[in-house]
Amino acid sequence: MSTSANTIETFANQEYKWGFVTEIDADTVPPGLNEDVIRLISKKKNEPQFMLDWRLKAYRHWLTMQEPTWANIHYPPIDYQAISYYAAPKTNIDRPKSLDDVDPELLRTYEKLGIPLQERELLAGVAVDAVFDSVSVATTFKEKLGEMGIIFGSFSEAVQEHPDLIKKYLGTVVPSSDNFFAALNSAVFSDGSFCYVPKGVRCPMELSTYFRINAKNTGQFERTLIVADEGAYVSYLEGCTAPMRDTNQLHAAVVELVALDNAQIKYSTVQNWYPGDKQGRGGIYNFVTKRGACRGVNSKISWTQVETGSAITWKYPSCLLIGDNSVGEFYSVALTNHYQQADTGTKMIHIGKNTTSTIVSKGISAGHGQNTYRGAVKILKSASHARNYSQCDSMLLGDKCGAHTFPYLEVKNTSSQVEHEASTSKIGEDQIFYCRQRGISTEDAVSMIVHGFCKEVFRELPMEFAVEAQKLLGVSLEGSVG
Amino acid sequence: MSLLEIKNLHASVAGREILKGIDLSIDAGEVHAIMGPNGSGKSTLAQVLSGRDLYQVTAGEVVYNGKDLLEMSPEDRAREGIFMAFQYPVEIPGVSNLYFLKAALNAIRKHQGLSDLDAMDFLALVKERMALMEMDQSLLNRAVNTGFSGGEKKRNEIFQMAVLEPKLAILDETDSGLDIDALKIVANGVNALRSPARAMIVVTHYQRLLNYIVPDFVHVLAEGRIVKSGGKELALELEESGYVGIEEVVASA
Repeated sequence: MSTSANTIETFANQEYKWGFVTEIDADTVPPGLNEDVIRLISKKKNEPQFMLDWRLKAYRHWLTMQEPTWANIHYPPIDYQAISYYAAPKTNIDRPKSLDDVDPELLRTYEKLGIPLQERELLAGVAVDAVFDSVSVATTFKEKLGEMGIIFGSFSEAVQEHPDLIKKYLGTVVPSSDNFFAALNSAVFSDGSFCYVPKGVRCPMELSTYFRINAKNTGQFERTLIVADEGAYVSYLEGCTAPMRDTNQLHAAVVELVALDNAQIKYSTVQNWYPGDKQGRGGIYNFVTKRGACRGVNSKISWTQVETGSAITWKYPSCLLIGDNSVGEFYSVALTNHYQQADTGTKMIHIGKNTTSTIVSKGISAGHGQNTYRGAVKILKSASHARNYSQCDSMLLGDKCGAHTFPYLEVKNTSSQVEHEASTSKIGEDQIFYCRQRGISTEDAVSMIVHGFCKEVFRELPMEFAVEAQKLLGVSLEGSVG
Repeated sequence: MSLLEIKNLHASVAGREILKGIDLSIDAGEVHAIMGPNGSGKSTLAQVLSGRDLYQVTAGEVVYNGKDLLEMSPEDRAREGIFMAFQYPVEIPGVSNLYFLKAALNAIRKHQGLSDLDAMDFLALVKERMALMEMDQSLLNRAVNTGFSGGEKKRNEIFQMAVLEPKLAILDETDSGLDIDALKIVANGVNALRSPARAMIVVTHYQRLLNYIVPDFVHVLAEGRIVKSGGKELALELEESGYVGIEEVVASA
């Protein structure tokens, strides 16, 4: 491993370790949402006028919208006026005093994942004072990217330093009026990441949210924008395999990707927000809008996601295939255990000629989990010779869970080719016994079988991520068999 | 003391008694053939010894290597050196044969207090044992038994046995579905693994396999009991008279 890679890794580990920083903000905004709150958020962030206008427009539109009800998920009504919309750091009063106050199941999971003790406290949201100086390493890292013309940092920072780029691309893939949750995010988004890779530049390292500086508490309304200019390439990793606890129950993030001519963006996610306890109490509601626009010819956007966390997942990373010969890919593993519900999938909109898309979705249901694949493939009249291949596989563990598949196809060009395959299987007692007879424990057997099932998706993940993801699936499925 | 001591073993499935008092003693180095007509309980015996929980042991005891076998989980039995070559090896899509076998070997090694075998040593071991079974190396990277022919599956079982080096191997109808060439390869593999430190239980319906894997003892099972035991010549006797005579013995008993 080269020195620079070592440095990055060291930094990655450290940033990861101290990803949740305890800071107390004196001026917390009381719960509730109105234009004044939005003005206050914008002012606190010292935003230019165009940002405030954009937020307000989104808010006014949001007021006219209804929360969607078409997804196959069930939860008590959300009181949007009970939420505090300014990045109010959790006070120590709300936090567990020590690990003794934390759900023992969560602690056991940390142990299984091999997370160091002090990190467990942070992840569990225990009130600890951490002092960590990451600035020097972070600066080295940013300088290296800066030399290549790559801009990477927090969204707020980008609004200050690169307002033209923000103005040019923000909301162009996911308009602020796109859907209820996207509109809410547009009005109140806290922070997130921004990345711009200039023409012809291949980003030499996996960019990760771990690397992000000045954005330690991106909060529940995260906003990410990634632009790959002509011929550029970037691979971006989001998330973390360690289960994270957050007292903000509602998360509504928006991610926009833009790929120009011959550009390529690879976006990988491991989502492991707190799923709630075994009885289905607590847990994050995760309503995410992710969309990429392949604007240029020969451009490519790949989404890879491993979704194991959250009580509710509502998420459809999609691709608009506008440029001729552009390629969209979606590889997904979604796991629901206990009382988790996931309604996830993708949309592939073929607009340009010779556009191709691939969808590989693996849903795993255990316990009382409900797992829904919802995917749309639209081939517009202009998209001659477009091709899509979809494969949706479901695996069931036990007899109280559910798997559902809703594929939507809309084809308006007769020269196109669309294939769809689907399967449902059950982890067999025979398979598990076979493994055990070879000396492999039940837990390891389930993990191995599930990993085999998900292999086509895992091989799309960057390697170190894939190893963690496999471990994570094993832990998430514990106790679901036998 | 024997490696395996079975005393008055009774077992049932879904309330129906299949094994009705088995007594059997096996020493290290011995090969015992268990023969019998369909439904006599041969496979049930193999499954009970390997710990399959579909079967309830209702009476009797099994002592393996000085330990109460029936108290042990299937994985602990495997780690203690019991290997079953399955009659119907299952497919595990997406999990490579190599990965699977390495996980199994390292689980057993861990139990023995040994460190994991590193990738290079493991590969060397695997290649050596593969040659024994005349198996193509491409099978290593294919998913466990997935898309394997019947013969490949059976060979793969014996190959796994060669790598895991059990103390007690139970071969459950390893000959079923094999043509004569495949049968010879499998038998050669098994014979190469015979050793003074290893015992084998060969469960089979037909005498044919025993031409190639010559047992030290033959036991005939009928209606859940061992009705006859003898040397290898007993198998030949059965070949001539069939199981009809045996069933008559049981019926008149």
